[in-house]
Amino acid sequence: MSNQIIQGILLGGYYALIACGLSFMFSVMRIINLAHGSLAVFAAFALWWLASRFHISPLVGLLIVLPLMAATGWALQRFLLERSARGGALLPILTTFGLAIVIDNLLFEQFGADTRSLAPYIGSLSYDSWEWPGSIYVGKLAVIMFASAVILLGGLQLFLTHTRLGRSIRATSEDPDTAGLVGVDARRANAIAAAIAMVTVGLAGAFLGMRATFDPYAGAPQLLFAFEAAVIGGAGSLWGTLIGGIVLALAQTLGAQVHPQGFLIGGHVAFLIVLFIRLSTSGLGLRGLLRLPTRKPT
Amino acid sequence: MSAVSTSPVIERGTATSRIAAIAVAVIIALLAIAPQFLSAGAVDRMTALFVYVILAAMWNALAGFGGLVSVGQQVFFGLGAYFAIRLADAGLNPFLALFASGIIVGAVSWPLSLFMLRLRNGEFAIGMWVIAALTHLLVNLDRLVQGETGTSLISLNAYDAGARRAAIYWLALASMTALLAILFGLLRGSTGAAIRAIRDNEDAAASVGVRVTGTKRLLFVLAAFGIGIAGALWLATSITFQPKTYFNVQWTAYMIFMVLVGGIGTFEGAILGALVFFLIETWFGGTGVWYLVGLGATAVLFSLFLPRGLWGTIEERFGLRLLPVGYRVRFPAATDGDGMLSPQQATPYREKA
Repeated sequence: MSNQIIQGILLGGYYALIACGLSFMFSVMRIINLAHGSLAVFAAFALWWLASRFHISPLVGLLIVLPLMAATGWALQRFLLERSARGGALLPILTTFGLAIVIDNLLFEQFGADTRSLAPYIGSLSYDSWEWPGSIYVGKLAVIMFASAVILLGGLQLFLTHTRLGRSIRATSEDPDTAGLVGVDARRANAIAAAIAMVTVGLAGAFLGMRATFDPYAGAPQLLFAFEAAVIGGAGSLWGTLIGGIVLALAQTLGAQVHPQGFLIGGHVAFLIVLFIRLSTSGLGLRGLLRLPTRKPT
Repeated sequence: MSAVSTSPVIERGTATSRIAAIAVAVIIALLAIAPQFLSAGAVDRMTALFVYVILAAMWNALAGFGGLVSVGQQVFFGLGAYFAIRLADAGLNPFLALFASGIIVGAVSWPLSLFMLRLRNGEFAIGMWVIAALTHLLVNLDRLVQGETGTSLISLNAYDAGARRAAIYWLALASMTALLAILFGLLRGSTGAAIRAIRDNEDAAASVGVRVTGTKRLLFVLAAFGIGIAGALWLATSITFQPKTYFNVQWTAYMIFMVLVGGIGTFEGAILGALVFFLIETWFGGTGVWYLVGLGATAVLFSLFLPRGLWGTIEERFGLRLLPVGYRVRFPAATDGDGMLSPQQATPYREKA
């Protein structure tokens, strides 16, 4: 059992990776990007294509794909989200949902219905494991994934609190107009934030491809995982996302123990329970399910 | 100056809308007798069109009037079909089961609304998607459904194919007409003013005493009921029930496409959008993946460049109202020249749809 708990915690690292971009974008631009999962799958396909066609190892491929994702994020914000956000809070939901459909089906058109994996291209990393005391075997990949999540979340936190750019992004997310008055270029801050979010999405897509299989329509479940982890953990800091991811993964592990088809059910139920508790304890509406990271609770 | 010529006139309809009302009655009458003249395939297609109109109108009621964008409405579509299967399995007449199923879906959505309506915007949108995903998994656990293998509404096979086809057609037509009439009545009545106030500004509406949550709940339950009926009707036409098909997010994608293209927040727009979608599906549905890419891309383009949709744009440009649910204030042209022309009177019509 302790073995499964450890595996669950490590899987939580993946959920934290995919969730942090979603909650980061929401906290800065107040947009939930419904194409989030599809973009992660897009990154996974890009790595797969580089590996299968040009024999570029996915780890090297990241050097190509992550800048590409950053550019995608920039363009996404400049050409789609910025315009649609002007039409109110509901329009970006529709825009990004339409985008998700376009991405999913273009991937299907290009790569077909087959499930793919990056595992064959990363050598022994996909199955190597370390033996921990108590004869517990942990996959090297799972540990790397968890460590990446910790490093990424910590790095984002440091970036937001200790750099000029990070501070301008936070200022924009708090109040774009006032930020503009003190010389912050809100458009630029938002576009950079979107680019950063997409880099995290690219990384999440890489780990999705390495630890499991994916197909063109795998984006929707990834979006749901990201959303659930972000909401479960959304308690004011990026570290909450890590906790959210771990809780989600443990609930799924527990669900799988209870019933053969209980893996996904466990995760969804845990999400709804947390949501229910949150809703019944907060008196007013729910303006802050996905609260700002780095904001001190007041 | 006479009081009659200067005080604004409040209209609830125009000459066009009265003609439109007659036209609607004629169209429904023609549709009712259509199965006599149409081929079996055409009857099935028309039934599909009626289901699309229901889906579009219901999603529009929720998003366009209630300000609640959900990407999980397929949960009610799937549940509508599932409960119909369950009820028919329990021995209920299959045709009765379709309606009973819609009512159960509406009843289920009530407690759900207590919970979900406290979420906002995107959180509500994906929250509903989670509900749909979870419901799909739970329905799969039912032994009767046999997981993704699915099952069929076998008891419907007891009826002769031709009579069955016509009966389902009429049921779909009647359901569509009734649901549209309920929505129209709701929007034109006193609740309609509250609904439009919420659509325009929720906080302001609440501040003048509009019961925001109650009104939203009404729309949520109505949409669930209507989409449940649509799911049950779809089951009746296709007989087979595979959870994957019914709980597929593509249903919500279709709803969003229809409403965005037709005109979100306009009563006529949803119907127009369903017609457009029906034609596109008829012409391009065979192209498979590119058809879906096209639907998604069109939705993106409309949301960016024509967020009011086709009907919203037409309405704005020509001041046209076919099925008016709002009030129209007409200021008679000031002919007495007393210099009291207010800026408002510069435009002959001021509308609040």
